[in-house]
Amino acid sequence: MSETAAMPLNYLNVKKGIWSWLFTLDHKRIALLYLYSIGAFFLVGVVLGVVMRLELFNPGRDIIEPQTYNQVFTLHGVIMIFLFIIPSIPAVFGNFFLPIMLGTDDVAFPRLNLFSWYLYIIGALFALSTLIYGNGPADTGWTFYAPYSVKTGTNVSMSVLAAFILGFSSILTGLNFIVTIHRLRTPGMTFNKMPLFSWALYATSWIQVLATPVIGITLMMIIAERMFGVGLFDPSIGGDPILYQHLFWIYSHPAVYIMALPAMGVVSEIIPTFAQRSIFGYKPIAYSSMAIAFVGYFVWGHHMFTSGMSGAAAIVFSILTFLVAIPTAIKVFNWVATLYKGSIDIQVPLLYALAFIFNFLIGGLTGLVLGALVVDVHVHDTYFVVGHFHYVMFGGTGFAFFGALHYWFPKIWGKMYNKTRANLAFALLFIGFNTLYFPMLVLGIMGMPRRYYDYLPEFHSLNQISTVGSWILVVGLLLMIFNLVAGYLKGQKVGGNPWNGITLEWQTDSPPPLHNFDKMPELPAGGPYNYPNAKSE
Amino acid sequence: MNASNFVESVDFTLYLILGIAVFFLVGITATMIYFLFRYRKKRNPVATNIEGHVGLEILWTVIPTILVLIMFYFGWSGYKPMLSPPDDAMEIEAIGQMWKWTFIYPDGKTVDSLVLPVDKPVKLNLKSPDVLHSLYIPAFRIKQDVVPGGSNMMWFIPQKPGKYDILCAEYCGQLHSYMLSSLTVVDEATYQTWLKSAPDLSNEHPGLTLLKKNACISCHTLDGNRLVGPSFKGLMGRTETVIVDGQEKEITVDRAYLIESIKEPNAAITATYQPGLMTPYKDILSDADIDQIIAYIETLK
Ligand code: HEC
Ligand code: HEM
Ligand SMILES: [Cu+2]
Ligand SMILES: [Cu+2]
Repeated sequence: MSETAAMPLNYLNVKKGIWSWLFTLDHKRIALLYLYSIGAFFLVGVVLGVVMRLELFNPGRDIIEPQTYNQVFTLHGVIMIFLFIIPSIPAVFGNFFLPIMLGTDDVAFPRLNLFSWYLYIIGALFALSTLIYGNGPADTGWTFYAPYSVKTGTNVSMSVLAAFILGFSSILTGLNFIVTIHRLRTPGMTFNKMPLFSWALYATSWIQVLATPVIGITLMMIIAERMFGVGLFDPSIGGDPILYQHLFWIYSHPAVYIMALPAMGVVSEIIPTFAQRSIFGYKPIAYSSMAIAFVGYFVWGHHMFTSGMSGAAAIVFSILTFLVAIPTAIKVFNWVATLYKGSIDIQVPLLYALAFIFNFLIGGLTGLVLGALVVDVHVHDTYFVVGHFHYVMFGGTGFAFFGALHYWFPKIWGKMYNKTRANLAFALLFIGFNTLYFPMLVLGIMGMPRRYYDYLPEFHSLNQISTVGSWILVVGLLLMIFNLVAGYLKGQKVGGNPWNGITLEWQTDSPPPLHNFDKMPELPAGGPYNYPNAKSE
Repeated sequence: MNASNFVESVDFTLYLILGIAVFFLVGITATMIYFLFRYRKKRNPVATNIEGHVGLEILWTVIPTILVLIMFYFGWSGYKPMLSPPDDAMEIEAIGQMWKWTFIYPDGKTVDSLVLPVDKPVKLNLKSPDVLHSLYIPAFRIKQDVVPGGSNMMWFIPQKPGKYDILCAEYCGQLHSYMLSSLTVVDEATYQTWLKSAPDLSNEHPGLTLLKKNACISCHTLDGNRLVGPSFKGLMGRTETVIVDGQEKEITVDRAYLIESIKEPNAAITATYQPGLMTPYKDILSDADIDQIIAYIETLK
């Protein structure tokens, strides 16, 4: 190992061997454990997504039976929501960079942090165990709506238990971050001098801690009903199916912000770095995260406008849904204004951040369509919704995740990927993504319901375009992964600050040493994004 | 003329919001691209730190707020009438069950696809004996969930003669995407003749009528093919494996077993089929009905 001897000690080479990873308490290594496991489940989810798209290439049966199709979209949804998008940015980049950006050496509770990862893995194995054990994976959709979820013979209990355990993992990560942010900021870093990524994680963590228990209880109620016949949601034994929907969405709508806020945090980091100037509207961006987290609790009813809700409830939920769009709009305007009079270096991470804005705008604007009561009656539970949430979660958060990966890659591994290939992969992903999902919005307006194994002939050509889009997307994804792995194996070494960033993680080596900083980091004078080389106004 | 009285408000609000959406999407994207070009490193080597601008923040908070309130207003004003059907609406009971729609007219006429007179308000009372469904008529721009144990309704005025699809929009299990029906809108005279014409059931076995009416045949075939449940063909007298309390058992199908299978299907589960899917019919079918059904099943050799 002459190579390591020549390299300065960092968190990757201080210890070797599988146990040094599985029992690590280092937040950076835990972040990478998350990265590899989340990445693997994401790929499983993608395979399932592509299987659905192949089945939908033609009406009628193409490759699988209706029952299989129903199980595929359920597992796809469960994996993508609970195993990929909810943990994605907080568990990987939050774990890795939150302590470093705050100038400290770890999260508040390192052991709890490792425990969260184990809970995540146990939950994931439970979810996947339904493939081989019991009467097959659940066929209820990821929403587990009662009373079907109470009646069906598939292994709903196990899928639900998996989501329950994953919820704990999420709560513990949130708790860890809240305490870390309150207690471990480096001297001199007040809340208003924190990087915006920390602000976003702060808002997210509160939702994780406060909302997740609701879904935990709700899912346990399903199990109680299935196993012991307790009449909670199934009217044939005295339950109320609408109650289930309320309880489910009281968590699952705020969960949308668990998915979105960290992504907004990433974008708020990437844009100033590549514009080489201060972020426009630091406080509006920071506080709007808190506003979204707060108002986001009270809009869950917009998933139930056609369930027979009263007019008064519909008014309240619709107005609040529209209002929650405003802090998001504020963020978008501030990001765009940050490009103004910048000195813009167009690099892959920036492209992902701008693609995030574009896709997320489509996701958010189609959300306005859904928030308008009279239109929701028409497009609710159609492919319009499927298109909408993929634009938000995949085109938004997914692209921000890829952007974060390209942005922090040199910091995490101390090497650089091939930039030309990264650009090409980005282009394929962007084009593939939009070809895949834009037709879904049109299909929804035309009236194609979601969770449909088979469809009417008038929907044929748009479904075919969408499937072709999924092929382009997959090629882009494979190219991106190949490029990153190649960069990891034999990419060029880079120094501590390849992008000329200003937040604290760029003051330490790449990869960072075990305790993050060899010497105390210095806070930038005049604010977290005050680039010293830029002119002042 | 629009297909229903709700098409106008839905489409207007939809295109209003889409119009605003396209405006912002194009505007913001164009601005981003312009900035990328105008302030690229080569052209603008030194950036300027700008911390923010209170006036702009107010502007881009207030304008979106006004716009979304307008959207809310049109959304609500179009939705409100959907909640209150006119008093003279014709009431039809619409039953959604796995995976079939059934409609019962005021005079008792029972059909599996709707025929309605043009320009007369209609109110559908939505019932489900099993799980959630959602009655969706895309051309009319309306849908409403069918909640078991609940009493939702939807109403509309068909305004244009023609044939329209009725779909199920709430996931309800294996054959959800096949839970289709249609709505035919005709003039008053045609409607009256249709209403009086009874379907010719004289040659049909009453047991078969019951199987159709109760949607048994969306899960059980009559020709020996496997669907969600076992086929009725050759069922009487068949030897099969059933699972009772987790134990496998060989049985020969007889009358008592059939009665139990219909009243309490989960007492004995036919091997390789899913438990829980079939609704217990003990409170839905009378003993006389079950006799008729069994008599019919016996004819399927
Ligand atoms: C939602 C689908 C569904 C509907 C609707 C349905 N069944 Fe079933 N049925 C099943 C399934 C699945 C089984 C096998 C599992 C079991 O034994 O409960 C079954 C089993 C049976 C059996 C036992 C068959 C055997 O081989 O042992 C009979 C008899 C039967 N159903 C009759 C009926 C009748 C009569 C109706 C209508 C009144 C009906 N079913 C409606 C799904 C359905
Ligand atoms: C290659 C990538 C992907 C493809 C091809 C794909 C395809 C699809 C399709 C066709 C459906 C609709 C199924 C139906 O209603 O019949 C669907 C549902 C869904 N997708 Fe994806 N998807 C992909 C990636 C993602 C990602 C990245 C996420 C989350 C971040 C995601 C989350 C979901 C969810 C939650 C559902 C709803 C499942 C349900 O109805 O219960 N998908 N996907
Ligand atoms: Cu929501
Ligand atoms: Cu359905």
